[in-house]
Amino acid sequence: MSTVSGTGPGTADAPSPDDALHEAAALADRDTPPRHGAAPDGPVLAADGTPLKRSLARALRLQKTRALMLIAPLLIFVLISFIVPIAQMLWRSVENDIVSNTLPMTVPELAQWDASDGGLPPEPVFRAMYYDMFLAAEAKKHTRLGTRLNYEQTGISSLFRQSGRKLDDLGKDILKPLRALDGDWAQAAPWFELMSGADGAAKDTAALEAQRDRLRRVTESPLAGEIGFAPSSEISALLPLTAQAYTDFAIFTVLEDGKDLAKTKPWETVYPALIEDMQTADVAGYGGPRAGMLQALRAGIAEFPPPSYSAAFADIDADWAAPQVWQTIQTHARTVTPGYFLNAVDMQLTPDGAAAQPESKQILVKLFGRTLVMSLIIMGSCILLGYPIAYLLANLPMRTANVLLILVLLPFWTSLLVRTSAWKVMLQQQGVINDTLVWLGLVADESRLVMINNQFGTIVAMTHILLPFMILPMYSVMQTIPPSYVRAAKSLGATNWTTFWRVYFPQSVPGIGAGSILVFILAIGYYITPEIVGGTKGVFISNRIAYHISSSLNWGLAAALGTILLAVVLLLYWCYDKIVGIDNVKLG
Amino acid sequence: MASSDMDGAFVEFDRVQKSYDGETLVVKDLNLAIGKGEFLTMLGPSGSGKTTCLMMLAGFETATHGEIRLGGREINNIPPHKRGIGMVFQNYALFPHMTVAENLSFPLEVRKMGKSERDAKVKRALDMVQMGAFGGRRPAQLSGGQQQRIALARALVFEAELVLMDEPLGALDKQLREHMQFEIKHIADNLGITVVYVTHDQTEALTMSDRVAVFEDGRIQQLDPPDVLYEEPKNSFVAQFIGENNTLMGKVTKMNGEVAEVTLDDGEVIDTIPVNVNAVGDRTLVSIRPERVEFNKERLHPDAHTIHAEVLEFIYMGDIYRTRLKVAGNDNFIVKTRNAPDQRRLQAGEKLEIGWRPQDCRALDA
Repeated sequence: MSTVSGTGPGTADAPSPDDALHEAAALADRDTPPRHGAAPDGPVLAADGTPLKRSLARALRLQKTRALMLIAPLLIFVLISFIVPIAQMLWRSVENDIVSNTLPMTVPELAQWDASDGGLPPEPVFRAMYYDMFLAAEAKKHTRLGTRLNYEQTGISSLFRQSGRKLDDLGKDILKPLRALDGDWAQAAPWFELMSGADGAAKDTAALEAQRDRLRRVTESPLAGEIGFAPSSEISALLPLTAQAYTDFAIFTVLEDGKDLAKTKPWETVYPALIEDMQTADVAGYGGPRAGMLQALRAGIAEFPPPSYSAAFADIDADWAAPQVWQTIQTHARTVTPGYFLNAVDMQLTPDGAAAQPESKQILVKLFGRTLVMSLIIMGSCILLGYPIAYLLANLPMRTANVLLILVLLPFWTSLLVRTSAWKVMLQQQGVINDTLVWLGLVADESRLVMINNQFGTIVAMTHILLPFMILPMYSVMQTIPPSYVRAAKSLGATNWTTFWRVYFPQSVPGIGAGSILVFILAIGYYITPEIVGGTKGVFISNRIAYHISSSLNWGLAAALGTILLAVVLLLYWCYDKIVGIDNVKLG
Repeated sequence: MASSDMDGAFVEFDRVQKSYDGETLVVKDLNLAIGKGEFLTMLGPSGSGKTTCLMMLAGFETATHGEIRLGGREINNIPPHKRGIGMVFQNYALFPHMTVAENLSFPLEVRKMGKSERDAKVKRALDMVQMGAFGGRRPAQLSGGQQQRIALARALVFEAELVLMDEPLGALDKQLREHMQFEIKHIADNLGITVVYVTHDQTEALTMSDRVAVFEDGRIQQLDPPDVLYEEPKNSFVAQFIGENNTLMGKVTKMNGEVAEVTLDDGEVIDTIPVNVNAVGDRTLVSIRPERVEFNKERLHPDAHTIHAEVLEFIYMGDIYRTRLKVAGNDNFIVKTRNAPDQRRLQAGEKLEIGWRPQDCRALDA
């Protein structure tokens, strides 16, 4: 005992392997440069005079590059197959440019409408809607928009579908008297000549490109290529709406349908546009092709009242004459919307801001809660069942432990569907367990236990399925706990229970933590098992997500639900890190 | 110093046998009495049964046959936590999730000791191993030597009268190990505790122990104080296991009371002390310690037999010279001489006569 006097315990020790580390750390702290450093006060220099830091960085760069190259395939794979889809999903939950892309003219018009007085929007809104809707119907995109808006107001989907079919009526009604005035108005070639202007006349290519761009957003196809048409500048100035409607028709007919413009009758939109333009157009000075047709129409314009778009819409469906549909469109015209997230928490976006969903539609928050609670129960029962098994595995002789491990892993090698279906066989009212109980006389035949298509069934089946994920991390952690700790505790006088609780258990906690995180996160997003054995009471939020992905096709809501689920998991992970510490989690 | 008197023994193994598989005995008929306050080392190669004996004493293994007594009471069926035996494990087995102080406090807590009393004892135990400032640290933050001290303090803190140590210094480097040997020895002496110490390091056994039990093949081959063990090995296993040893094979040709004349296999004749040879004609293994071999004729007894040797290699080791010779057909015959000013350095190839006092040369079983 005298040997260490004065020097203190730390210095009394001769060097040991781990002392080398301390020494290295102490060396690094030292002010004096190593022997090879040149300048006594300046930065430490390498042998060739460059600063040591730069020299080191250069030496490490090659290693780092090589390491990066090695992981590059996996990194790229993960980026493409994992990060990008998740980012896309997150984006989908707020993305809402379908309204403004499909109804580009209507949306700005609607924005000026004040819906609070309960009246209908003004005529320009109906007018914009007519042309937007017609184009969308030609591109067959109006039903998609209808579906989108139907999430917000039931019935819009069918309204849009019907309206798409009946939009022709307005044009046809105008064409009749127009044809009586001059048969050429119903022909393809005269229209083409009128719109193109004389050979060599100035063309309004700007208008063409503007319409092409607009059509691109609706149809989501590139629409590139030569059309062989552009409205003449003169016509474009004289009859702007007509030129625009005809240009839309031209682009679509040539590029999408591949037809010859000169031989195809224009869409019905050109007729109301023509009448509207002609109300004010001064065609006296016009000298281009088909000037006669125009002048004749101008002379008889009194016969043709300006078209009433609102009346046309009211004819199509009475819903258009009510403000609700317009309010819905106005509310959801934003390109980035919180609507899906509000829906995901049982709220909705109304013209007056966020509000709760009607009681009958409130289901998702409850489902989230149920998913969390049931995942916790499943995690808890996995801990209770898994811990003794893992303990046994870690403490049995190798050979026996291996056999037992195979039994633990066996479910892994069986199809998930088979395992879940097996539980169905076991748990149903005419199933194995009920039959046995009835045979034993424990349960009356008429009051067989309901153990499936409810939460109990889900918990039982999922506990069984997720158990290996709990056992394996526990096992690998317990394996690393040397038996000498237990022996030491006993030799120090601890009973078996104290030894377990004070010495063994604390050291196995990292395994419990790892298993719990694994099981909980798997459980919270589980889908197949609750779907099969959960009935209506035992389904999880993921079943709802799957429903919106594959049945209702409300991908935005599905994405919002998925995003919330992801956020919840990350939040819990963060909490776990704060409370237990993530470095306490060991997988072996 | 303990007596080996069976009646006053503190720890007693009485005809103890141990078998793990029912086919072979790991411990064969062990009889051992350890006195109170004694420092006894169980020394032996791995697989010799020494650790099994320790584990039986600690209660982690049960004896297949025989009785183990502690303080006169049979403890075969007492569970380990009721035996009150302190133990230091090979890898210290400090609980990693507790601080040093909590580790030391653990045996006191399970004994339902009050907080203030516990703190006082922990502090005293830490001071004893000069680790008073380290109570708040975790074992992982300590060096190997420091962990060793804490493990020792933990085994002593609940005032066990018997402390078992299972190769406690095995994981330390040489210098620290030598230092800790003295420290453990001093603490044990100061506290008057009985220590049963298991090691395979013979130097450790010799420097620390009151008595050493040399284990081999499940039996104690020799149980003696270190000096007796080294100088008077009872059989060829002990002679070869303890310290460095030169062996020569031969046959007893004459028994002359205290001296036996042995004719070596190449015909040379030497004088030996018969230890476990009985009759003329017995094969024998003659053992001579390297430091007892003399090649300076003036220092040899005039009557002593000398034999021829040839120097094969001279190794300078600082404090000693180590010379490898070829003697009687054995070309691994080592001679150690002290590095003194008048000492001669032998040259390879040199031929000389060597000899020794007859009492340094022991004829053992072949």
